[in-house]
Amino acid sequence: MSELLRTENVSEVFGGLKAVTDFNIHLDRGELVGLIGPNGAGKTTAFNMLTGVYQPTTGTITFEGESIVGLKPYQVTQRGIARTFQNIRLFSELTVLENVKIAFHYHVKYGILESVFRIGRYFKEEEAIEKEAHSLLKIFHLDDKADEVAKNLPYGAQRRLEIARALAAKPKLLLLDEPAAGMNPQETKELMDMIRWIRQEFGLTILLIEHDMSLVMGICERIYVLEYGEIIAQGTPDEIKKNPEVIRAYLGGE
Amino acid sequence: MKYLRKNDCIMLAFSVVLFAVLQVLITERVLSSFWQLNLLIIGINIILAASLNLINGYTGQFSLGHAGFMAVGAYVGVVLTANFHMPFAVALIAGGIAAGFLGFLVGIPTLRLRGDYLAIATLGLGEIIRIVIMNIQYVGGAAGFKGIPHHTTFAWVFFIMLFTLFFIKNFVNSNHGRACLAIRENEIAAESMGVNTTKYKVMAFTIGAAFAGVAGGLFAHCFYLISPASFTFMQTFNYLIMVVMGGLGSITGSIAGAFVVTFISAALASWPEFRMIIYAIALILLMFYRPQGLFGYMEITNMGIFRRIFKKGETPHE
Repeated sequence: MSELLRTENVSEVFGGLKAVTDFNIHLDRGELVGLIGPNGAGKTTAFNMLTGVYQPTTGTITFEGESIVGLKPYQVTQRGIARTFQNIRLFSELTVLENVKIAFHYHVKYGILESVFRIGRYFKEEEAIEKEAHSLLKIFHLDDKADEVAKNLPYGAQRRLEIARALAAKPKLLLLDEPAAGMNPQETKELMDMIRWIRQEFGLTILLIEHDMSLVMGICERIYVLEYGEIIAQGTPDEIKKNPEVIRAYLGGE
Repeated sequence: MKYLRKNDCIMLAFSVVLFAVLQVLITERVLSSFWQLNLLIIGINIILAASLNLINGYTGQFSLGHAGFMAVGAYVGVVLTANFHMPFAVALIAGGIAAGFLGFLVGIPTLRLRGDYLAIATLGLGEIIRIVIMNIQYVGGAAGFKGIPHHTTFAWVFFIMLFTLFFIKNFVNSNHGRACLAIRENEIAAESMGVNTTKYKVMAFTIGAAFAGVAGGLFAHCFYLISPASFTFMQTFNYLIMVVMGGLGSITGSIAGAFVVTFISAALASWPEFRMIIYAIALILLMFYRPQGLFGYMEITNMGIFRRIFKKGETPHE
């Protein structure tokens, strides 16, 4: 398997606070990798650095062989990294369908004049994304809610919509920030199956942050453990479960 | 023809009938010259409200510089027609381009600001434009520009208004318009969905400013004289009321807002002391009972009673 993403000695310093120090990870194409750690360990900060929301203070991030340090978030997305948010960030006053359509943004090529005068590629492309958006919604069992306003969806459905929207950006690497937060065990189980399925179907590489250990241990092939901004362990789920450092970080004790 | 859909045909037919009726009323002198002038002002205000709505309502960038852009379009227009004897159409387009260009230039630095900071910056911009014009003797300074040819007719206003609404409606219902809506809803999420937020904010600002410029040109050529006093902050505030009253994010709302506000202030022209009171009461009631504005995010084509006529709105597959 070829390498998709590699970070080398990436650090993020906010004033005097070292949020993330020497963050070294690599992802091969098609892998499903977990990033875990106690609250405040720097997991979301790491995501924000990967997606261009924060610029790393030092270090390099290479995606498909090219550096993505210094790119704006939208440029990172255009290169092929899409994400979901820990605290859901839907376009809440817009419909479910519109939420997904917006994420096709970069892949729609018609210009301003074509859209204003409804000429050229306008109708062909609009029809295409309409169809694609519906088929994405179907995967996430949201098709019957396509015309509902996003903020009126139940919580679990909002989480699913976030993933559907991220997929519409046609990423190669999908970053999921606590996809199962607030879900009940049944929903979490369905989500696990769904994540597995979309990885296969869309040929994705997935990096996910999660606190739900049944989910992380159940679907991830490799896991990185972050504590106080540093990676303290990595390995397969079985290795991680037995790792004394990880047990200490989670359960405390010396 | 395949794509000239039923909705557009109905709208077009309706507009033509409306135009014909109003034009007959004007030529037959059923409307007094006072109401004729107000008909022009209503049309111009619809252009201004709709273009301000593109910036404030659809893209969510709270701009208060609209009267300034209008002034640029007005002064560029009158200089071209009165001093250089250019055709009216050229003057209007040049005014629109000048205002749009200015919007583009100031948009790049100011649109980095958010919320109230942006509002203050654009408010300052509008005042700067007005005061600069006041100090240019070539255009008459504070006394105003005299001797403007009376070019603005009902047909000019009506068809430019129609074009503006057509432009903004189609822009909003496209990939580019969706990018603007996404910025309004959640800028961080929009950016992470691949939307170049700076580009689209500046684009919406530029388009809005350009239409304000064209409206300024139309406005100026209604009168013999214009002065910087016509483009104060209170004017911007008026357009903002129209947009908010109609509904941020609804073109139908902008039309209704512009119509209601202009109509009320014209109808109460003889009782100026009541005008501001009624204005204020109307706004307070609106904020109490319908804070999202008359139409909210709705368009007339999506509303219950009209749905049967218009079928289901804007989806390209039907």
